[in-house]
Amino acid sequence: MTWDEMAPLLWEATWQTGVMVGWAAVFTVLLGLPLGVALVVFDRGGLRPLPVLKSILGVIVNVGRSLPFIVLMIAIIPFTRLVVGTTIGTAAVVVPLTVGAVPFFARLVETALREVDRDVIQAAQAMGAGRGAVVWKVLLPEALPGIVAGVTVTVVALIGYTAMAGTIGGGGLGDLAIRYGYQRFETAVMIVTVVVLIVIVQIMQSLGDLLARRLSHK
Amino acid sequence: MIQVSGLRKSYGGTVALDGVDLNVRQGEVYGVVGQSGAGKSTLLRCVNLLERPSAGTVTVAGQDLTALRGKDLNRARQRIGMIHQHFALLSSRTVAGNVSFPLEVMGVPRAERRRRVGELLDLVGLGGRGGDHPHQLSGGQKQRVGIARALAGNPSVLLSDEATSALDPGTTQSILALLRRLNAELGLTILLITHEMDVVKSICDSVAIMSGGRVEESGPIGDLIRTPGSRLTREIFPLPDPAPAGSVTLTFTGDPRQPLVSEAVRKFDVDVSILGGSIEDLAGGSVGRLRVAFSGEQVPAALTYLRERGLLVETS
Ligand SMILES: Nc1ncnc2c1ncn2[C@@H]1O[C@H](COP(=O)(O)OP(=O)(O)O)[C@@H](O)[C@H]1O
Ligand SMILES: [Mg+2]
Repeated sequence: MTWDEMAPLLWEATWQTGVMVGWAAVFTVLLGLPLGVALVVFDRGGLRPLPVLKSILGVIVNVGRSLPFIVLMIAIIPFTRLVVGTTIGTAAVVVPLTVGAVPFFARLVETALREVDRDVIQAAQAMGAGRGAVVWKVLLPEALPGIVAGVTVTVVALIGYTAMAGTIGGGGLGDLAIRYGYQRFETAVMIVTVVVLIVIVQIMQSLGDLLARRLSHK
Repeated sequence: MIQVSGLRKSYGGTVALDGVDLNVRQGEVYGVVGQSGAGKSTLLRCVNLLERPSAGTVTVAGQDLTALRGKDLNRARQRIGMIHQHFALLSSRTVAGNVSFPLEVMGVPRAERRRRVGELLDLVGLGGRGGDHPHQLSGGQKQRVGIARALAGNPSVLLSDEATSALDPGTTQSILALLRRLNAELGLTILLITHEMDVVKSICDSVAIMSGGRVEESGPIGDLIRTPGSRLTREIFPLPDPAPAGSVTLTFTGDPRQPLVSEAVRKFDVDVSILGGSIEDLAGGSVGRLRVAFSGEQVPAALTYLRERGLLVETS
């Protein structure tokens, strides 16, 4: 296959990967951030100790994290149909990607929030800050560099997950590599795709690191 | 201003506070000293209910805090400032942002906040540093930010948990001087805990000595100094403890240049040998403590004379 033949395929696949990862990342942050906050706030020594609820959330998160993505993707097909009305195509991939990444990201958020200095939290409480103020004005801003680092790791993991999206017709770079590189023995396509993936991951990681460093005032 | 009575706090099996009573008067600097693990931090954290006592009551400015919960407690806390050993500043905010934090919590409008933050930073000597982040400041400057932040709500009471323990001696003195000034200028009542006797010496009017979750002795420093066998006196003065048999320890709180001992020597024809002693400058004035051995026929009369002249005479 010539470069001229390959280029449009590559563009399309990159775009598809970008769309899948982008939307999945947005939904993952929207859902995973509150879940991560809940894991910390409802914990035993937390702002609002509800150990039973925290344990239930913890189990759900662990189950989500222990399922291999490919299994999860198949297993939640009925749910996917319910949410987006179809089980194939890019939109249908965003659902399992999000479901797979939310528990992962929530744990990263939990870790970042636990890094926040206890003294600072208590100082805020001593100034009369209620739970909401502690979460919004202390926990989240203080943990922001760590949360950004968590988003970066999650985006890179999502890029990996999308390789399996071809199975349900989502397209993308992983799908391109499998269809051309593996099934049609187009080694060149395989190599170029892998290189593109590596470059994208590098760029994402560097941007994430840069942003996290910019936000950190330690 | 702060009344603590019958305060108990236990964590599982460990008893951190075992019945503590404290009475901090309006406008005084009150120090709580004691070794690590004595329960000082627990006591302080019970005063603003960061820790809910297992038993006992805490009254600040006439309000029983132990009876409050939720929003009412939060509102009461806004009138109690607190500073911390490791400053506890928000690294995500600038200096001005940190000082603004309690004002935001109180719902002060933005323009008013900005004006107030400027005033507070000037008050602690950090005018112009509002845009810096805490990591750009020295330890002493960070504590000044902590103090400005603690004063934002015009508190009647300031609580200090080892506020100078992480600072070098020079910086410690400048922070203590600032606290003294705020105490004098704003009439701020300060309750501070420390394990350093020097802090007590330089700024406290009253003191409580804690050990094993109990207050061993407490009261105005002058009163304690005049009490025989006071632990505070023994802690403050670097004399060997216990005193050797036959020695006499004299504590004098008046003008140290009064030649009382030599008068006694002349009047009663006794000999005196000096075993040790020093003069310490306390917040309420200087206090001297001298350990001597008298010999001669009229030693009892000499001691009575010294007692009559206002000296605390302890024999052993
Ligand atoms: N949150 C806690 N959980 C369990 N034990 C505690 C806690 N806080 C303090 N303690 C215990 O209470 C005692 C007094 O501690 P603390 O008030 O910090 O003493 P100090 O400030 O005088 O060093 C210590 O034995 C300490 O281990
Ligand atoms: Mg302590």
